[in-house]
Amino acid sequence: MPLPIANARPVIRRFLADYGMVLILVLLAAYYSWATWKEQYPGGAEAAAQVSEAVGDELGPGTRVLVVAQEGARAREFADIAAAALRDRGMNVVGVVLGDPHVLRTELERRAASPDKPAAVVATREAAEWRLMHVLPERFPSLANVRVFSPRSYPWPDFLKRSNLLAIADRIVVIAVIAIGMTMVIITGGIDLSVGSLIALSAVVSTLLVREFAGAKDATAFGMVVCCLAAVLGCGLMGAFSGVMVTAFSIPPFIGTLAMMLIASGLAFILAGGQSIYQVPASIDWLGRGTSLGGIPNTVTLMAVLYAGAHVLMTRTVLGRYIYAVGGNVEAARLSGVPVRRVILFVYAVCGLLAGVGGVVQASQLQSGAPTYGLMYELYVIAAVVVGGTSLAGGQGRILGTLIGAFIIAVIQNGMNLTGVESYTQKVVLGAVILGAVLLDMLKKRRST
Amino acid sequence: MTTAPALDAPALLEMSDIDKSFPGVRALRQVGLQIRSGEVLALLGENGAGKTTLIKVLGGAYRPDAGTIRIDGRSVVITRPTDAQRAGVAIIYQEFNLVPHLSARENIFLGREDTRGGFVRRRDEHRRVRDLFARIGVAIDPETPCAHLTVAQQQVVEIAKALAADARIIVMDEPSAALTIQEVERLFEIIGDLKRQGMGVIYISHRLEEVFRVADRVMVMRDGSHVATRPVGELTRQDMIEMMVGRKIENEFPKQRAELGAERLRVQGLNRGDRVRDVSFSVRSGEVVALTGLVGAGRTETARLIFGADRMESGTVTLDGRRLRLRSPRDAMASGIGLLTEDRRNQGLVLAHSARENFGLPNLGGLSALGFVRGRRERDAFAGFIRSLKIKIPHQDELAGNLSGGNQQKVVLAKWLQQDCKVIIFDEPTRGIDVGAKYEIYLLMNDLAAAGKAILMISSELPEVLGMSDRILVMHDGRITGEITDPAGATQEQILELAMG
Repeated sequence: MPLPIANARPVIRRFLADYGMVLILVLLAAYYSWATWKEQYPGGAEAAAQVSEAVGDELGPGTRVLVVAQEGARAREFADIAAAALRDRGMNVVGVVLGDPHVLRTELERRAASPDKPAAVVATREAAEWRLMHVLPERFPSLANVRVFSPRSYPWPDFLKRSNLLAIADRIVVIAVIAIGMTMVIITGGIDLSVGSLIALSAVVSTLLVREFAGAKDATAFGMVVCCLAAVLGCGLMGAFSGVMVTAFSIPPFIGTLAMMLIASGLAFILAGGQSIYQVPASIDWLGRGTSLGGIPNTVTLMAVLYAGAHVLMTRTVLGRYIYAVGGNVEAARLSGVPVRRVILFVYAVCGLLAGVGGVVQASQLQSGAPTYGLMYELYVIAAVVVGGTSLAGGQGRILGTLIGAFIIAVIQNGMNLTGVESYTQKVVLGAVILGAVLLDMLKKRRST
Repeated sequence: MTTAPALDAPALLEMSDIDKSFPGVRALRQVGLQIRSGEVLALLGENGAGKTTLIKVLGGAYRPDAGTIRIDGRSVVITRPTDAQRAGVAIIYQEFNLVPHLSARENIFLGREDTRGGFVRRRDEHRRVRDLFARIGVAIDPETPCAHLTVAQQQVVEIAKALAADARIIVMDEPSAALTIQEVERLFEIIGDLKRQGMGVIYISHRLEEVFRVADRVMVMRDGSHVATRPVGELTRQDMIEMMVGRKIENEFPKQRAELGAERLRVQGLNRGDRVRDVSFSVRSGEVVALTGLVGAGRTETARLIFGADRMESGTVTLDGRRLRLRSPRDAMASGIGLLTEDRRNQGLVLAHSARENFGLPNLGGLSALGFVRGRRERDAFAGFIRSLKIKIPHQDELAGNLSGGNQQKVVLAKWLQQDCKVIIFDEPTRGIDVGAKYEIYLLMNDLAAAGKAILMISSELPEVLGMSDRILVMHDGRITGEITDPAGATQEQILELAMG
């Protein structure tokens, strides 16, 4: 009788082999959290929520409260939200002061004499620092019992701030989405160098169609969706064309897609006339900048959906098995009845489609299309796939590994930005990371044989 | 001076008490091996018996856990391949270590180039290679790129390489596997020459008839241990097999004649290039037809045409009276034809994927629903074959590449049995497989024939061809040159005559 534990060990080993990069991602995140650990001073809405809660906890409903903030959009946002939140808690907001200490002094002088003098002051961190706030009892004896509330600071790493995490996701979405298709292509033993150019082509075609046929700046949402889908489909066809070159004419993928890279880039420049196309509605940024489902960026949703779908495809379906088999041993696959040509055609078409999606996202994020988009992106995409543990020899790799690979690259870049590493050094580090990932992969393989 | 080595002289090579363990496996336990100058020692054993491990210890690829190696009575330490080379050991593996684009001369001197001032002394090298080839007795132009040489010529280059490195102990791992019958004869002559020059040759082969031809002594290993070493004259074929498997074998070829039914497969006028010329034959339900001939006679090419792996230039394939359109293996499979390729590692299996995935690959149509693989069904189906075919495998997810040759062949078999083909083509079904697994595959062929399948068995092993078939077809140079309808009454010589054309 084999013990269950005997079967458990290979499972663990396989998980580590497939997803060992998770560990590296966690370590990186931990390191950058530590390196960017500092006192955080909340402002705006976050601060307003925090301070109004503190006031509500300490003072009863009906308390008269004066809201004080300095000049500026963020301070005004604080004042508006705090006033609204306090009213929601049943406070009596007697007034909102916006301005400098002189304005506040005038207001306090008026109120000190009147019956509706405030029992509490809610101020931004900056306003609470005014000298006047510290000497209230001396200057206005009738306001001696007024309590001053202001947002408290707390320690938290810059790296883990919500805004920063969203920025990482934002930055990586184009690369991560295309890396799905690239993973499939590389698993079949191929490579697709044309994705960077297809980003540009897709961005140019989608914005061009919006400008020419959907009413430019006045385009409807439906019109924009149709134009973007057309661009994505066009890129899919270009990918399929690469696939035909590889299967029907046995052109090495490196060469075939290198040619496609030049063709697509040239087409993008021709179509755009060498210029940016920005005659599109501002609302085109819904995909790239918008949020839904309670504040989740649409890009993150898109990425999650595509990765989930691709993961299921690769691990649960017949087509997924075929893709791995073609890369593992094309002759054995063919002699086992795998429709090799169709499988290869499929992965290149998917890679083209996803490059098209990436281009649309890029156009949406930047509210324009230009033939210069996506420069060198093919290399970042390939790097994400390789760092994610997919073997360039084909037959092996995991879709989720690629997602992790993409995040490792994004986290390293973001972390270096936060810690003030200059961009030239960043390139060197990134190159070293790619080398390290491949070496790690080789060591792992050597140990397992 | 006497030429025969004195019996009390130290052995040319003496390995004693070699131990080697891998995680979870004791690959060698207390194994000893002795070889004298001018002697050929045949090393026999099933796959996994430890022959390869022992050879790799000698060649410096593995480091033994314990044991000593003595050459000419002096203890040597071999931890790297270069140590072995320096000690006078050369190993010729089944897969040759030749760079295809370099010439024979360049390969022979690779890493040991004869240079003066950084420049290769081509003319000197050329002369030395010519002398070496003359000593072996072959005529090969030293400047021919190895890619243009035949397998047999490449083997000669490997032997010359060993001689150029002053090797005195030459190990040959399955040297005859890819050679034609005449080439094997030539190889035996070369080995005879090496013996006369005082070399020690360790000869590893599964073909017992060769052992009788070439070896002086036979050493048998089983399960990592030494079973016996005897002069070849003291042993029969039966003795060797029984020592290898460790039990009595009643009958090496358990052929049972199935009842022959209607004609299943008919091949008519098949043509492709000069490898397949006007080939026609038929196989009946329940019949095992052996297709034999020399290497390169066009047997495998014929099978590939029937399976749709290559395009035929002309000809027809009919199955149960229906003419097939074969554009790809997929078409052939849909019609009910299966092919077990001769080259398991490169054509039969995806080595880096699990055995279960390999099993599933041609069968996913039946093991899936709406494009999704039904994992449990696949597992259950494979588990059934692991039991019925006695596949030795730690778990279903073990990589196919980690299995022994016999178990790999069983996984390939399971692939096609699940298909429930009407016609099964076995291309060298027992090549590189140990005796026990061979026997099981023969039994399975009996079962398949009894179930009414038509079986085409391509084989170069004449005893197998005679012992396991109902009818024998012999090919030469792309054509079928003969048919033997009564294998039981036929001889190997009869087949050879037809095979030579």
